[in-house]
Amino acid sequence: MAEVSLHKLNKKFDTTHVVKDVDLQIRDKEFMVFVGPSGCGKTTTLRMIAGLEAITAGEIRIDDRVVNEVPPMDRDIAMVFQNYALYPHMSVASNLAFGLKMRKFEKAEIEKRINNAASILGIESLLQRKPRQLSGGQRQRVALGRAIVRDPKVFLFDEPLSNLDAKLRVQMRVELKKLHERLAVTSVYVTHDQVEAMTLGDRVVVMKDGLVQQVGEPLELYNTPANRFVAGFIGSPAMNFADVTLVENGGKPVAEAPGLRIGLPGELATRARAKTGHKATLGIRPEDIHIATAADAPEYCFEATVEVVEQLGSEILLDMRAGPALMVASVEPTLRVRAHDSLKLALKPERLHLFDAETEAAI
Amino acid sequence: MIEGALWRRWVFYNIPLILFVFVLLFPFYWMIVTTFRPDGELYLPWNAPNYMPFWTNNPTLEHILYLFEETNFARWMFNTMFIALVSTVISLFCGVLAGYALARLNFPYAGGLGTAIFITYLVPQTLLFIPLAEIIRNFQLGDTPWSLILTYPTFLIPFCTWLMMGYFKAIPKELEECARIDGASRWKAMVYIIIPVAVPGILSSGIIAFTLSWNEFIYALVFLSSPDQKTVPVGVTSELIRGDVFFWGPLMAGALLGSIPVAIVYSFFVEHYVSGLTGSVKG
Repeated sequence: MAEVSLHKLNKKFDTTHVVKDVDLQIRDKEFMVFVGPSGCGKTTTLRMIAGLEAITAGEIRIDDRVVNEVPPMDRDIAMVFQNYALYPHMSVASNLAFGLKMRKFEKAEIEKRINNAASILGIESLLQRKPRQLSGGQRQRVALGRAIVRDPKVFLFDEPLSNLDAKLRVQMRVELKKLHERLAVTSVYVTHDQVEAMTLGDRVVVMKDGLVQQVGEPLELYNTPANRFVAGFIGSPAMNFADVTLVENGGKPVAEAPGLRIGLPGELATRARAKTGHKATLGIRPEDIHIATAADAPEYCFEATVEVVEQLGSEILLDMRAGPALMVASVEPTLRVRAHDSLKLALKPERLHLFDAETEAAI
Repeated sequence: MIEGALWRRWVFYNIPLILFVFVLLFPFYWMIVTTFRPDGELYLPWNAPNYMPFWTNNPTLEHILYLFEETNFARWMFNTMFIALVSTVISLFCGVLAGYALARLNFPYAGGLGTAIFITYLVPQTLLFIPLAEIIRNFQLGDTPWSLILTYPTFLIPFCTWLMMGYFKAIPKELEECARIDGASRWKAMVYIIIPVAVPGILSSGIIAFTLSWNEFIYALVFLSSPDQKTVPVGVTSELIRGDVFFWGPLMAGALLGSIPVAIVYSFFVEHYVSGLTGSVKG
């Protein structure tokens, strides 16, 4: 049972302000993921929760206790590091036991917990080995085991999968998810990989330049990004953007750029109307573009020239030019299309996004 | 390995290597031959008919017996061993703690302090012995082992500190952070995690510190005067060179026996020693 709350959290290293006024409530048993490009302050925030980094201003609470001045050992947390940080001179069993020995647990209890954690992670046969005799995935499990035996209030993960190869990473991602369901411990997970964030997180915090851009459930971030940065960061391949001007055309608001004119539907039109004459950024995800058919309304269609065709098997990615904008569309794998073809494409109007050109906030 | 024709391998690899090994090992060979050569052969003129400088047909132990019977050699060995061991232990203890502090505790001017410590190592002993002699006299430590045990650390501690600082910096910070989250205080994290991981580095600086104090000459020459207080390098050179007479047999026997402990120390720890100097910490 543990909630973690951050209140106006700030961190400065000399003159650089790396974490700015972060406010966040992490609920009990929640899997919270921090995601953002490198240098966005996500790891620093995690390290402040761990107590490894002093807090410049603000407050961190674990449950109802303010832990600003509490040393890491007394916060009842466990952390998994990117490079695993296994103690190289100790066997796997001693690695698992170290935290318990430091806390003066009974020998029988230590043994019980080690065996329990080892069976959860399937590392029973490795207990007598030294870390250097293990593969990357096995080291990762031991690092997890070291956190599990402690039975802490909060798990902290600092990019734990980024040292693994792509295949193993996917496998461990699934295992982490299962593990969290089984143990149900409040977890904070830092990653720069938006796929990990989307798949693992109950909720996701997107950070950039030390500021929280948006907090929400994965689909919420995907469907209604708060600003252009979140829109571009979440989703793969990334959302397409086109610089447009909002104008009225026959009483209807449209987004216009040289060679491109897209109508704006329903509610988006109402919100866009207030900004008529302003510059804006139009956003549409590659998966929301398809080859136009007779059923598509003409105001949501546009012409584009294919520049590159990327065959992925399950889908085709078309890199195209529409007016001044470069766009990527994800289309049916059965489509026969070649570079330099001209295509007529249509958008799903309900999936259009508009962002203010200056503030970059969603309109 | 040099690739290409056989002659290239010989010219650029084998021949230089052989020359190098020869230059390094020849003094040892000379020392051994001289130790076991009787005086009658040693002082033959070079143009004598049976002159044989690189070998002897009449090996003898007379020089070694002379060392132990006519001089205080056993006593010198003991003195050297005692002084080298104690000053190495003192220097290692201080060097490990100071190196850790400079590498890991972020206190103001840590960088400047590290450089200052290094600069003290650069002051030549041939200058430093003059003020040190004054200090030793004031504390009335002259002609006691303590005059060396307390002065050797003046160059050993900076040396150990710098070597250990580099080694500690190469150990991932996360190891210690993880230990502290696991419930260890800073001190316990150092004792249980960092120092065991740093053992190769500690051994290397210990070996080098031991060798430096074992071979030290100037301080030992200046601070010690009575024959039974001397160390091997000083004892051998001062007691076996009388005026312009060199007692080559005992001299070389003393040099040979004096270098054996160092050779043993090196060969015993050589694996740790190499991994310490290359700073490898395997995750």
